[in-house]
Amino acid sequence: MAVAEAIDLYTGRFDAFLKRRGSSDPAWLTTIRRNAFERFQALGFPTTRDEDWRFLPPGPIAEEAFEEAPAATLPRAAAAPHVVRQMRCTQMVFVNGRFSPALSGAGVLGSSGVLATSLGQALVSDPGLVDPYFTRCACYDRHAFVGLNTAFTEDGAFLYIPANVVVPEPVHILYLVAEGAPLVTHPRTIVVVGDNSQAKIIESYGGPDGQRYLTNAVTEIVVGENANVEHYRVQREGHHAYHVSSTHVFLERAAVFAQQAFTFGGAIVRNDVNASLGAEGIHCTLNGLYLANGTRMVGNLTAIDHAKPNCESHEIYKGMLDGQSRAVFNGKIFVRPQAQKTDAKQTNQVLLLSDDATINTKPQLEIFADDVKCTHGATVGQLDETALFYLRARGIGYSQARSMLVHAFASDIIDRVTIEPLRETLEETLLAELPKVAVIS
Amino acid sequence: MLEIRNLHARVGDKPILRGISLTVNAGEVHAIMGPNGSGKSTLAGVLAGRAEFEVTAGEVLYKGRNLIELDPEERAREGLFLAFQYPVAIPGVNNAYFLKAALNAVRKHKGLAELDAMEFMTLMRQKARLLDMDASLLNRPVNEGFSGGEKKRNEIFQMAVLEPSLAILDETDSGLDIDALKVVAGGVNALRSPERAAIVVTHYQRLLNYIVPDFVHVLSDGRIVKSGGKQLALELEEKGYGWIEAEGAQLHAVKA
Repeated sequence: MAVAEAIDLYTGRFDAFLKRRGSSDPAWLTTIRRNAFERFQALGFPTTRDEDWRFLPPGPIAEEAFEEAPAATLPRAAAAPHVVRQMRCTQMVFVNGRFSPALSGAGVLGSSGVLATSLGQALVSDPGLVDPYFTRCACYDRHAFVGLNTAFTEDGAFLYIPANVVVPEPVHILYLVAEGAPLVTHPRTIVVVGDNSQAKIIESYGGPDGQRYLTNAVTEIVVGENANVEHYRVQREGHHAYHVSSTHVFLERAAVFAQQAFTFGGAIVRNDVNASLGAEGIHCTLNGLYLANGTRMVGNLTAIDHAKPNCESHEIYKGMLDGQSRAVFNGKIFVRPQAQKTDAKQTNQVLLLSDDATINTKPQLEIFADDVKCTHGATVGQLDETALFYLRARGIGYSQARSMLVHAFASDIIDRVTIEPLRETLEETLLAELPKVAVIS
Repeated sequence: MLEIRNLHARVGDKPILRGISLTVNAGEVHAIMGPNGSGKSTLAGVLAGRAEFEVTAGEVLYKGRNLIELDPEERAREGLFLAFQYPVAIPGVNNAYFLKAALNAVRKHKGLAELDAMEFMTLMRQKARLLDMDASLLNRPVNEGFSGGEKKRNEIFQMAVLEPSLAILDETDSGLDIDALKVVAGGVNALRSPERAAIVVTHYQRLLNYIVPDFVHVLSDGRIVKSGGKQLALELEEKGYGWIEAEGAQLHAVKA
């Protein structure tokens, strides 16, 4: 299918969608949906002519108008691999983009003022609470997929934490896809953390292996003054899935935000993270780990916008690529004229495990202030042959030695996870995925 | 235990070993000395299975098997151990975890049960005491941030844990102060037994005061040009390598 044809199909579906939503959407939302869809039509899908998509065009994602995912149920056993074992938490599960009360469970939220609900529910019960935050951070003007999500999203997680609350248990937001025809979901996650509050949030994605489907996710996070948020992104989609996501973070004065993003699944994956540091004294960390093999493609594009003085940002992205997989890393750091005493550090390390894997890595620092500390480093390499020999010379077999080295490379990021059951789960996932990636060659 | 016959090896196009023959029997300690570039480390590397060295002629029998055909890990499991001249730092791989994997690979090969965590830790503590090693090094990544002396000590520590039949020490003494040298030598001597053998590659005679060899061989230009008892090392210390190299050159001139 041609791209133009796909857009036409989406256009037909959008009219039907609006009709179906009818009066269940507040008027402001309908307006936003129309504007967003118009922008999507005007922008069209990105191509290699767009600088941000040059090395990883959406390809088949743009050539098909995926059917809207129908409501579906998922047996508990099918969801189980994505649930973090032995983790006490508030769990919100979505199946095919819709909230599943049966699979969800309440945990301790620390205050009755905390609202952990589905976006669909919040739009009915507290539309006034959603209004200020929906599209507060996620801008659909320039990003077609954000436009598409904004136009079509029906559900997602809405987590609202008022000021001065420490949420004692993690909140796990889990988006799952059931088996079925090629379909699309547009999950929307909105997280608002009030001044001086504290929370750990996990956002997970999973779906059946061997099935083609598209997840087009948008997450908006507002972190209030002096608040502290840890955000974990665990993407374990099926290996034939397409996953396009963007996370938009707005940080207020002295806020501390740390994201660890793990990409294990997906045939074509594109993650954007935009962090806006709009006040002084902010600490922002964006770390990521991604694995790809076969012909899979993974793109990570991060943008950190230092607008005010005395903020710090730290970024480490690590990738492991085997087979003919391809990856793109683009790390933008903007330091605006006012943002003196900025301390920004960016590192991107890639391990190429085969001769045919490709990485395009591009640090992009735009600095307009003169009293700042900004460093970046990108390394691309193979496994260290001398280390491999050293391990083998002690009796450790070739493939085990190889896994040990690959694992050592990755564990650096996993070790930063502060929720122990999650760290263990990620460790297990890594060990399960490694043999697929670090195959004996 | 080890029989090297007319061994030739090269790195790229450059021949390094040019006909080495050497027999090492169980219970013996052989010292290999020689000036820089004589091929000492190449010999050690070829025996351990370093891929960059290509054997072009000759053969090496180890416990009756063709050593050259074995992968490095198979050699190690068969009891061959190389103490590296330059131990490799491996960030992210815990020293104790690494050594447990190595020991269990060797034990499995021998048909012995793998050690569990408790048994392994007990063994580690015992061996660490033997080498006067700071136990905190065990929980650090392999050789990462270790001083030169700590790295060499770690090599001997690994050797003590793995208890090889044939240990090859590649300039383990280089850069060690006298106290560390004594500790390292003590570790090697503790392993001496009628069933084991060692090849000690060194540039200096000093180590041989502490690890007393049964034989000393002098390597020059890829060949063994002189062999003798432990007194040969003392002679070398006194006169330097010059006279042997001159003798060797003469010998080749005559042959030619």
